[in-house]
Amino acid sequence: MTLTLEDFSPGHFGTYGPRRVTREEMLAFAAEFDPQPMHLDEEAASRSMLKGLSGSGWHLCSIMMRMMFDGYIGRTASLGSPGVNELRWLAPLRPGDDLTLDVEVAEARVSRSRPETGIVTFKGVVRNAAGVALCEMVSPIIVRRRADIAAKQAG
Amino acid sequence: MRFFEDLEIGQRREVGSFTFTADGIKKFAAQFDPQRFHLDEEEGRKSLFGGLAASGWHVGSVCMKLLVTEGQRLAKEALARGEKIAIWGPSPGFRELRWIRPVLAGDTISFASEVESLRSSEKRPEWGILQARNTGTNQRGELVFSVLATAFVPRRSNS
Repeated sequence: MTLTLEDFSPGHFGTYGPRRVTREEMLAFAAEFDPQPMHLDEEAASRSMLKGLSGSGWHLCSIMMRMMFDGYIGRTASLGSPGVNELRWLAPLRPGDDLTLDVEVAEARVSRSRPETGIVTFKGVVRNAAGVALCEMVSPIIVRRRADIAAKQAG
Repeated sequence: MRFFEDLEIGQRREVGSFTFTADGIKKFAAQFDPQRFHLDEEEGRKSLFGGLAASGWHVGSVCMKLLVTEGQRLAKEALARGEKIAIWGPSPGFRELRWIRPVLAGDTISFASEVESLRSSEKRPEWGILQARNTGTNQRGELVFSVLATAFVPRRSNS
């Protein structure tokens, strides 16, 4: 069944993964979108602030998106997202990391401008297998309301 | 790439443009964001976007690509002039990312970066912390993307 606004209420929503990230996919993403030596070259990476080869933060974000899609957005009546309030990269993504994603609903409300939809704000945290948080994101998505409920309130 | 001492609030640089093709949009979406409006023209037309739309993460990643590529081009030129080059550090994150308008197949987005704030790092005195407003504008001059990004930038004095 497709999830609508009514299915999201504040609190813990779900935990997803694990998702293994290989060295090959890290290097491929970096070569295409973020060709900094710290993401591509072991030697340069060992001298960087992150002390070793690390994945691009945008790769980590994109993987988080995929984990959200596989976890719940793929079966949600989602109309897209207006943006990201805040994103923090807390620790480096390393080759071979097994990622899990914890999702919490921070807020769920009816949209003022489009009352047949709602806005659900999620807080997501990606952790590695050791439980270290690599990335934290707060982001809203626009979600359709159940038609009968929206109609009753409008009438 | 420039050192922290070379940066001033309000400095703006154009970092290049990128055309989002239908194939490129679908390839990124299939891997990272397979929502129907990012994969199929007809589904895109029926959505709020009004056409096959790039994943917002694709737009952000392309902005990063152009920032890095432009920085490397500048570094190469500086090196050719015999200057010392600055290797920028990682980013602790960003705020206020806005996907303002959809990026549709065929759109060409021009990206720019403007220095918004500069401060010292208390924990790492050899680094400064830059906040830059990175934006994307389409071929009709409409702002489509904006993000307030943070990065560690090395100081000339300590390098």
